Amino acid sequence: MNIVVCVKQVPDTEAPIRIKPDGSGIDEMGLNLVMNYYDEHATEAGLRLKEQFGGTVTLIAAGPERTKEALRTGLAMGADEAMLITGPGLEQSDHLGMARVLAAAIKALPHDLVICGKLSTDDNASIVGPALAELLGLPQATAIAHLEVDASATTALVHREVEGGVEILEVPLPALLTVERSLNEPRYPSLPGIMKAKRKEIKTSTSTDQKVAASSRLTKLVPPPKRQAGRVIEADADKAVAEIVAFLKNDAKVL
Amino acid sequence: MDFQLTEEHRMVQSMVREFASKEILPVAAELDHTETFPQEIIKKAAALGLMGMVVPERYGGAGMDAIAYVVAHEELARASAGVQTIITVSNSLVADPILRYGTQAQRQRYLPGLCDGTRLGCYCLTEPSAGSDAMSLSTTARRDGDEWVLRGTKAFVSSGVEADTCIVYARTGQEGARGISAFIVEKSFPGIAVGKIEKKLGIKCSSTSEIVLDDCRVPADNVLGDLGAGGKIALSTLDGGRLGIAAQAIGIARAALEDSIAYASERQQFGRPIAEFQAIQWMLADMATRIEASRLLAYRAAYLRQQGQRYTKEASMAKLFASETAMWASHKAVQIHGGYGYIQDYAVERYFRDAKITEIYEGTSEIQRLVIARNVMERVQ
Amino acid sequence: MANDVWVVVEHESGQPKKISLELLGRAGQLALALGGKAVAFVPGRDVSAVARALGPYGADIVYTAQDPLLEPYTADAQTQVVGEALRKEQPTLVLIGSTAQGRDYAPRLAARLGAAIVTDCASLEVDNSSLVATRPMYTRKAIGTVMYASEGIRIAVVLPAVYPVPQADPKRTAEVRAMRIPLDAKQIRTKVHEVQAIKRETVPLTEADVIVSGGRGLRGPENFALLDALAKALGAAVGSSRPPVDSGWVPHDYEIGQTGKTVSPQVYLACGISGAPQHLAGMSGSKHIVAINKDPNAPIFQLADLGIVGDLFEILPKLTEAVKKAKGGNRD
Ligand SMILES: Cc1cc2nc3c(=O)[nH]c(=O)nc-3n(C[C@H](O)[C@H](O)[C@H](O)COP(=O)(O)OP(=O)(O)OC[C@H]3O[C@@H](n4cnc5c(N)ncnc54)[C@H](O)[C@@H]3O)c2cc1C
Ligand SMILES: Cc1cc2nc3c(=O)[nH]c(=O)nc-3n(C[C@H](O)[C@H](O)[C@H](O)COP(=O)(O)OP(=O)(O)OC[C@H]3O[C@@H](n4cnc5c(N)ncnc54)[C@H](O)[C@@H]3O)c2cc1C
Repeated sequence: MNIVVCVKQVPDTEAPIRIKPDGSGIDEMGLNLVMNYYDEHATEAGLRLKEQFGGTVTLIAAGPERTKEALRTGLAMGADEAMLITGPGLEQSDHLGMARVLAAAIKALPHDLVICGKLSTDDNASIVGPALAELLGLPQATAIAHLEVDASATTALVHREVEGGVEILEVPLPALLTVERSLNEPRYPSLPGIMKAKRKEIKTSTSTDQKVAASSRLTKLVPPPKRQAGRVIEADADKAVAEIVAFLKNDAKVL
Repeated sequence: MDFQLTEEHRMVQSMVREFASKEILPVAAELDHTETFPQEIIKKAAALGLMGMVVPERYGGAGMDAIAYVVAHEELARASAGVQTIITVSNSLVADPILRYGTQAQRQRYLPGLCDGTRLGCYCLTEPSAGSDAMSLSTTARRDGDEWVLRGTKAFVSSGVEADTCIVYARTGQEGARGISAFIVEKSFPGIAVGKIEKKLGIKCSSTSEIVLDDCRVPADNVLGDLGAGGKIALSTLDGGRLGIAAQAIGIARAALEDSIAYASERQQFGRPIAEFQAIQWMLADMATRIEASRLLAYRAAYLRQQGQRYTKEASMAKLFASETAMWASHKAVQIHGGYGYIQDYAVERYFRDAKITEIYEGTSEIQRLVIARNVMERVQ
Repeated sequence: MANDVWVVVEHESGQPKKISLELLGRAGQLALALGGKAVAFVPGRDVSAVARALGPYGADIVYTAQDPLLEPYTADAQTQVVGEALRKEQPTLVLIGSTAQGRDYAPRLAARLGAAIVTDCASLEVDNSSLVATRPMYTRKAIGTVMYASEGIRIAVVLPAVYPVPQADPKRTAEVRAMRIPLDAKQIRTKVHEVQAIKRETVPLTEADVIVSGGRGLRGPENFALLDALAKALGAAVGSSRPPVDSGWVPHDYEIGQTGKTVSPQVYLACGISGAPQHLAGMSGSKHIVAINKDPNAPIFQLADLGIVGDLFEILPKLTEAVKKAKGGNRD
């Protein structure tokens, strides 16, 4: 089975971010950049299918040179190959542009499954996955929480969380999947894996897509409004209940 | 000069940090309170290559360098100094000398198992009457046909209860360092037993016990290095071991600092977070500064080691400064936590108890100063 | 190119979903600013009842696209039908709810049409004839302002509960027009085996005005009954922090935060939740926050409007009774 996993490099969500004074974006100085959380789950999904069916897991990313580090994390987890698409236009690109660049590269690769994270934790867009499915002409299943591929590797049975229930969906391969965190527990990249990844070459190509001009652009980034701490009350249960009820009635007006 | 960790080092750091925070940190307090050996964690650590970090890949190790080792062990100790002790002893005091002094057959017999976690190592140098003056040890080994027969009692052996592969130092000749030889002794050999199991102040999930050698029979093939080279092996092994202890101390100090920052920004007194009081801020600043200095000392000692240079003095400096930093920082952390720092609901009392050992084992602070002084005076002469 | 603002309506059992009504309210305001009409587009098997319900909420025109193949929902069918309708009518803006469906097909639709798309919109404004959205980014550590290019169809996937459901005006009706859009079974490549409903007596998280949420402080799955009871009394939804999910006390779809749902109800009542940054990422946009925690130093108190230092096991049962009483009182 030929599995392509899309990977993005994002700021570590554990650490605070610094917004540039002019609000044009975040300050990358000293920022710890890591593989997007959900892409770890996507990589894990690919590796498990490879263990089950044989084949290869190829990681692909579009982004600046530094993105190689995220790819190397995936290689250390056990992916076979990795490729990076760079290009001067990429920085101005929006998510659809990014999907177009990825689609062009993936078209040239054999792919039975393309797997993405359900979103990336930097801009929380969740656009690239389904857009990529469209551009590759593949059926899709997004935010899947369970995955089974039948023995002949022709269809995938997936579970998707929907409001109030679970949708059980059958998707013929080749297909594009985006994954939820409850799908699996990603393995840690092992130390021998890190050593192997170090020796692997990451193929780099330059995107020549001229149409990456964005149809939407970020014009300002500000910190979220700071919430003021309100009243904190230490009281017995009856008094506490009275306070909450009064709050629900008079402040929130939901009672 | 380059003060950056390499990409590989950063990958190791982020992997071990995640492993430690998910698999070790959540159970660290419980392992400490119940004094339980973390069997499962050691198994998982082995699967990730942490039990044979610097052993080359051909013997089943990860083939990493000494800086990676220091980076990884800071992360392990950040979560639990006890767990880290178990891992660093098996790596730096057992696998490492077998790699450097062992025969091909010994390497092949012991290293893959130590790396994959089917074996666990311990290091038996100290004796009840030979601590800082380790070279005065009195355990004896006498030759009997194809075997050596070992007799004596080793004290304070870390992982003495659980380990199966022991490096034992015993006297095969004259008094002093030159009369000592090193042996690889398996727990399954006849005549070796676990003696008294110690109750300790800290690193409680790592066992510390006597190892009693009662005419323990060891095949002649299990002499490690040359006969009479034991003293040299013991001391050079400790150079590497001290990097592990320096990393441990840095991890403990960092835990103390991180917990203190979090607590000080949440705890309100006099109508504001205590972090707003300068007295608290200065403690945090000094903690951070000493930690950074410790780390730089440790990285540099590790760097010299991987360059193949002599690093005895630098390893001692790193271990000395880092361990005193751990003690100091955990002491301040308890202070910042006030009464809460003294009770077991908060982790800083554990850091405080754990920190003390770093000033004692693998050479007390006094012994480190002795080593450093001897080295700097040598240069003057 | 019309200056119309469309809402693709999601519905269930002949009723429009709450999010679609919220969007319809906003569509009316935006259409006014842009000089167009508020248009509801309702795809489905049999949507006549849904279509009739939309006029009172502000739709000027309701388009229906009925086809048995649209039920159950699939990305393929939905993209095809909505895409063709948009191609034909060329509205300037399309509002889609940020729901399991909306997030699934909207990007695909955008790729098909080459339309600009912004997801997770927490606001949409017309500013000097440009269309501007704000959205949480970096796990809610920042709020981004995004400007759409002015050409072509623009798609906005809007978060639930950021706009109120408009007051229904029973006298208001909309013109309902049926659209015929060809849909072929062969175009639908995926097959929905079933949608297993998770039985729950409380409101879905994304539709709730009030959310009561439990954390590790609840100690076990059985204690979520305390939250269920309170939620029923309040007409609220039940959510959780991550530990109850990871420990298997509640299903993953309860989770609120960085790796769970983003919610912004009128009231968020956090019980036994410490207030870790990853949790705040999902709920700090709530209008009012009430927290019950026994630890006076819990970080959640730093952003709660009302913080109660106390034992949730003592407070919750009494609170449920008090709420029942208060609600009963209102009815008299
Ligand atoms: C938890 C634990 C785990 C251990 N694990 C191991 C292990 O795995 N393997 C192993 O072999 N050993 C181990 N040890 C032993 C440890 O290395 C020794 O305890 C240490 O070297 C000190 O020896 P001692 O306890 O005999 O103290 P002593 O040598 O009796 O020292 C007592 C005091 O005198 C000072 N002192 C001694 N000589 C001098 C001098 N020349 N100048 C100035 N001051 C001096 C010391 O610094 C110290 O302050 C462990 C010990 C502990 C507590
Ligand atoms: C990558 C990543 C993603 C994450 N994503 C999320 C996410 O999406 N959502 C999320 O919630 N977390 C997430 N987390 C986890 C997050 O860091 C916290 O661990 C989690 O939010 C803590 O949940 P909690 O507040 O329920 O538990 P705790 O932090 O353990 O707090 C429990 C609280 O209950 C209180 N309590 C206990 N008993 C009582 C009682 N009887 N009465 C009143 N109060 C009581 C305690 O005082 C304490 O404050 C994520 C973590 C990572 C690393």
